[in-house]
Amino acid sequence: MKLTLRVWRQKNADTPGAMATYELDGVSQDMSFLEMLDILNEELIVKGEEPVAFDHDCREGICGACSLVINGDAHGPERTTTCQLHMRSFKDGDTIDIEPWRASAFPVIKDLVVDRSAFDRVIQAGGYITAPTGSAPEAHATPVPKADADYAFEHAECIGCGACVAACPNGAAMLFTSAKVNHLNVLPQGSPERETRVLDMVSQMDAEGFGGCTLTGECATACPKGIPLFSITSMNKEWLRATRKVKR
Amino acid sequence: MASTFWQSTVGKKIVMGVTGLIMIGYLVVHMVANAKIFFGPEEFNAYGHWLRVMGAPVLHHEWGLWGARVILLTSVILHGVSAYQLSRRDIKARPEKYVHSKPRMSYATRTMRWGGVILGLFIVWHVLDLTTGTVHSGGFQEGHPYQNVVDTFSTWYGNVIYIVAMLAMGMHVRHGFWSAAQTLGAGNRTRDRAFKALANGLAIVLTVGFISVPVGVMTGVVS
Repeated sequence: MKLTLRVWRQKNADTPGAMATYELDGVSQDMSFLEMLDILNEELIVKGEEPVAFDHDCREGICGACSLVINGDAHGPERTTTCQLHMRSFKDGDTIDIEPWRASAFPVIKDLVVDRSAFDRVIQAGGYITAPTGSAPEAHATPVPKADADYAFEHAECIGCGACVAACPNGAAMLFTSAKVNHLNVLPQGSPERETRVLDMVSQMDAEGFGGCTLTGECATACPKGIPLFSITSMNKEWLRATRKVKR
Repeated sequence: MASTFWQSTVGKKIVMGVTGLIMIGYLVVHMVANAKIFFGPEEFNAYGHWLRVMGAPVLHHEWGLWGARVILLTSVILHGVSAYQLSRRDIKARPEKYVHSKPRMSYATRTMRWGGVILGLFIVWHVLDLTTGTVHSGGFQEGHPYQNVVDTFSTWYGNVIYIVAMLAMGMHVRHGFWSAAQTLGAGNRTRDRAFKALANGLAIVLTVGFISVPVGVMTGVVS
């Protein structure tokens, strides 16, 4: 395959960036999208140019490190992570636009790499449970109904990649925050912090400069893990419940 | 408690949801009452008079009416101020556009902000036209709403402003009602089809119901 790539190049956070065009030949249909970028970088290094910086880690679709907005879609045209996207999703001769996540809470560090530590601070605000340390607890000590376990697992699938923020026209982090809140709030292990969790995580989310939800549904469409849009509805419900229970 | 709501994006959206539902409730009553215009001037004018003595003998003359006006005005202001503040925040949260971007949201969703502004301006015109009579086309007659409505819809611009605003209202209600269900935590997977159907049904019934009045005047059914 022969491709024309238009890639966002930006030296650092303080320098304005721009799209740069590269021609790439000899791309196999079986390559992943990131392997295709590896080939581009090898060519750039041979030519003595600066390689394109992009985030990646496990390349198995489970770590949440890879990002990229490909032709306007977070993680590209397939419902998966960029590392699990293959070049067979594109045609010979295609022009592909590659951009970083865009949100003021996710500033660009270099080229396609953005700073997602705002997510870490949202987790620190309440994405944990209080549990005694030591040996593993007896598995049957705290029974969890099957339906609740399934619900928690559906939301626990969130890998925190930030595609929801990238796809949202308001740069909102509602789907990420709601996935984390619902995952723990439905379980008995998470119930001691049920109210403070949702209030603190929402308020940290606001403090990080993410936008608000207008229910466009773009986040759930972009999510590689299929976190449902109703996750946001459930978080709103939890938030309303918590404001009634907690006096601040 | 109040500051928790007002400082949070989630809380402000809940304020928008509740005030939006109050206004939708009012629209339904307003539309049903409008239908009285098809039964002649006596019935319609008598209804206009009843609005002033609503709640009698418990309530003094026009107290019920002013109570409703205060609730509606408060709703419009809270809804508008929340929308303005949240929109400012949203625009700031996504300062840079994608080079490769495509419009994917539905038309109703994309036009919520400007549609809301159009509706705000329409409400001002509508009150100045048919409540105070300040910008009324013919000679505005206090206590003769039937004739005033016929006068307004006998001008081309009266019809254009009204019909455009009602189409904007229909779209605003379509996304707004369903969104309110999510914001207030009522939506879920099993109820979603019902909420979507209810939102679409409300939007269509309200739009057709309100537009039937200028159409009635234009076709001579109401004169």
